[in-house]
Amino acid sequence: MSRSDVLVDADWVEANLDTPGVVLVEVDEDTSAYAKGHIRGAVKIDWKQDLQDPVRRDFVDRQGFESLLSARGIGNDDTVVLYGGNNNWFAAYAYWYFRLYGHDNVKLLDGGRKKWELESRELVTEVPQRPATSYTASEQDLSLRAFRDEVVAAIGKQNLVDVRSPDEFTGKLLAPAHLPQEQAQRAGHVPTARNIPWSKSANDDGTFRADDELKELYGEAGVDFAKDTIAYCRIGERSAHTWFVLHEILGQANVKNYDGSWTEYGSLVGVPVELGEAR
Amino acid sequence: MTTTQGCAAPEQTVALPAGIDLATQAVIQGVVTGAGTAYARLLDQSGEFTGEVVVSDEGVFRFFAAPGLWTVRIIAAGGVTKDVSVEAKLGEVAQLTVSV
Repeated sequence: MSRSDVLVDADWVEANLDTPGVVLVEVDEDTSAYAKGHIRGAVKIDWKQDLQDPVRRDFVDRQGFESLLSARGIGNDDTVVLYGGNNNWFAAYAYWYFRLYGHDNVKLLDGGRKKWELESRELVTEVPQRPATSYTASEQDLSLRAFRDEVVAAIGKQNLVDVRSPDEFTGKLLAPAHLPQEQAQRAGHVPTARNIPWSKSANDDGTFRADDELKELYGEAGVDFAKDTIAYCRIGERSAHTWFVLHEILGQANVKNYDGSWTEYGSLVGVPVELGEAR
Repeated sequence: MTTTQGCAAPEQTVALPAGIDLATQAVIQGVVTGAGTAYARLLDQSGEFTGEVVVSDEGVFRFFAAPGLWTVRIIAAGGVTKDVSVEAKLGEVAQLTVSV
């Protein structure tokens, strides 16, 4: 994988709005964003309602993913272009999800909804009607997904990349600063993790920084590119953004996203936790 | 709030959301004037990104920060950015008005 395989810009999207086989998908947590306006032809996937199991804390299963994409009119051969708000956090999370279930022809709109809006490009409210498909998903590719025991086993051995803000990493905050601070789990980070906030990989307009800048960023922060890597954040969507940078843009092998992230790890009994700066 | 709530910002309303105990929060909020679509970004003392919200149709933004010094960066169409320094204190709402 490289940048040109996985990213498209706004001009490319505008030129392909009516191209058969190209499906735009907006992914947000804020369901009102799509309703207020979206790129013409884009269908919506709700990060929580559509991608999470309604009972257990886990993804929708393979069958659920197949049903979702079939209902959205997405076929196995379609080129899926994902975009969304929050600097593409949830679009990157959905991208990772598509790859987990074996849909490799998927791309991100660089800069996502924010750059599109700031450039005053067209947004419409008309919801497209796409005929249903019979989408077939693969079993989850677990080489892309880390679970808690792997994280504990990776302490001091693999690259652990904590992509939360510095105040979340050191334990001053339990959640990003635009959310109320009212969760019960312990604050801090996984020992030996490096704190490389996701935002360092992006420009103010939400686009990804250049490849050489990204390599320098992670290398200088202590990521050993010869080792396997696990990225985590609070719930796994910001770390999906960093997984995208490391695995898809920079082409690093053996990079996993830990979607349990701090809301799971910080609530586990008996695991090591560090406070303060990285040691 | 449940632990599976996403990290996206809640809707930016004029009043504090119901159920928020201000005594436990250090709130930074404000109103942006003169901009159409705009984003408000919170930066810590080192200039690092800490949070970002879409400014509401009424121009409102809000952060739940830790006590201390912060910078709010307004990012608007046309490449316009404006930085405002602010101090957040526990149990208080630091109110800003930003014209761009």
